[in-house]
Amino acid sequence: MRHRLRIAVGPVQFRIGSDWAEPVAALARLYAGYPQDDARPAEATVRLFAARPWRRWLRPSVHIGGDFVVPDALPLPLSMGLLAAEMGMNLQVALGWRRHMLLHASAVAKNGRALIMSGESGSGKSTLAALLGEGDWRLMGDEFTLIDPAGGDAFAFPRAVSLKNEAIAEIAARVDPSRLGPLLAATPKGDIRHLIPRTDAVAAMHEPAHPALLLFPRFGGETAIEPMGEGEAFVRLTEASTNYVALGEAGFAALTRLVRETPAFGISYPDSAAGMALVEQLWAEAAK
Amino acid sequence: MSAVRTFVDLLGGRRDPAALAPRDWDGVIGVARSEAMLATLAHRLAEADLPPAVAALFADQRAAAKVAQRQALWEAEMARRALAPAGIEFVLLKGAAYAAADMSCAAGRQIGDLDILVLAHDIRRTENLLLKAGWEWVKSDPYDDAYYRQHMHELPPMIHKARDRMIDVHHTILPRTHRITPDALALVGDAVTSSAGFAVLNPADMACHCAAHMLADGDLQGGLRNLWDFHTMTRDFAAADPGYWGQLDGRAALHGLQGAVHRAARLSRDLYGTALPSGWDRQEPSDVWFRRRLFARDDWGRVTEPLLEQAFYIRSHWLRMPPAMLAKHLWTKWRKR
Repeated sequence: MRHRLRIAVGPVQFRIGSDWAEPVAALARLYAGYPQDDARPAEATVRLFAARPWRRWLRPSVHIGGDFVVPDALPLPLSMGLLAAEMGMNLQVALGWRRHMLLHASAVAKNGRALIMSGESGSGKSTLAALLGEGDWRLMGDEFTLIDPAGGDAFAFPRAVSLKNEAIAEIAARVDPSRLGPLLAATPKGDIRHLIPRTDAVAAMHEPAHPALLLFPRFGGETAIEPMGEGEAFVRLTEASTNYVALGEAGFAALTRLVRETPAFGISYPDSAAGMALVEQLWAEAAK
Repeated sequence: MSAVRTFVDLLGGRRDPAALAPRDWDGVIGVARSEAMLATLAHRLAEADLPPAVAALFADQRAAAKVAQRQALWEAEMARRALAPAGIEFVLLKGAAYAAADMSCAAGRQIGDLDILVLAHDIRRTENLLLKAGWEWVKSDPYDDAYYRQHMHELPPMIHKARDRMIDVHHTILPRTHRITPDALALVGDAVTSSAGFAVLNPADMACHCAAHMLADGDLQGGLRNLWDFHTMTRDFAAADPGYWGQLDGRAALHGLQGAVHRAARLSRDLYGTALPSGWDRQEPSDVWFRRRLFARDDWGRVTEPLLEQAFYIRSHWLRMPPAMLAKHLWTKWRKR
């Protein structure tokens, strides 16, 4: 394809091809600090393309393709090309990756132990992970957490964090502006701005962390902590996993082990400060 | 050299994987994924000297394919449990059959839907029993439903509501309206029992079906994979039975599929190096279009010849039904867009 880029996030080496220069330039800026290994073949391919040649210039709209394609996915305007690239990368990992069990969850780590947060979009899992990652935690990722079926360890997928709506201002107030991507206003997922993870989080992206705490956050409402049984955590995580069924028995064993060995809680919180306080409180007990 | 040619040469054993550069692998992996053959390649190169990242990816693919195959055979077992008590026997077709018979093309092969073949007079009962056992209709469109029932070689696809897996129930292997009418009774009557206990087509019929599916019915989507099936099965069957090619000729004639089977054999020789006996080992000028269609992928996994792709699509419909019916069908489909 005309414009191309190679990006390695966690264990996945991507190659991204685009009919336009803009999305690739935007990605190149976000991922400039990530390790580059030209000797490594790409495991996943993302294509950003115009459905008809003239749509490169005339009302340009970006279709998302690659190894795996969602048949009826709607294209995005070129101004949201970066979001298209992000969705394309997520799609290839969600549908193609088999080495680990994939959880749609954010994660942070401390002292080699991981806190995993799973929830729908809007639950605040990305924002909490981003905020913790600016403190004394290592950000492992805001979208996917990878569980090694053999050893049970969590592996990081620290792509650029996708900040949404109110979270943008909250994070922008704390970080150097050079770590933020362009504002993508009024996308189908709301306003979006990407945060480049800290250098140390990127440098440590191949280091595993053993799961120590599972949280199911819910943004909004009174502060509350609800201990969660193994059964409920198991069912919720099967729903949060994109390849649980495809992994078969290995997926079942990995997930069973995860919920048996890791304390789990549902938490509600009215604002980020309260959420962070809950996390630290539960971590202090879990990490004892 | 283009990635798709490198990919085919790797499968055919004509190229040393150790000599590939990292950027060659990008294209090969991309093409293999587009053809749903990455795990097939992973098995083919299981013993090869590979870059560590490729070796790790291939190990993932082999493990995942093993799980997928087990799930596909479980699905076949579910169909057996739904149908056997009523005395309905079925023959497994395509991917699940290759897995049940533990054939070499099954190694890493993607298995999509469960395809089964039953006798035409059992088709209604089969449908009712499957509905009772938890399968349900996928297509809600009345035209499509009626079209399948009147003209196709299979029931409209059904999906199991709990396991989310599709089943295609065939009563023959080409559409009723197709110019060629294979002998469905002979296909079922002469089926054999596989190592996993399921009935599968006999070796000659299996290659006939493979060729029919690829060349007489399909538009060559997934052609490289179907051709790989054809190559490995004919190679192995011929190694086990010196009379195999002769039997294949006879069965192909019985089903009216000689053209498709011979073309599949020639293409399989051209791409993967199948050794053909005399009488089969010919040249046919029109094969060039089929080879071009099979190789029509760029290094990013995209189809490169949209006009040729379209031409093969039209060809598949042209073979499937008489011209007046085709016109009516396309008109109805177009109006519903």
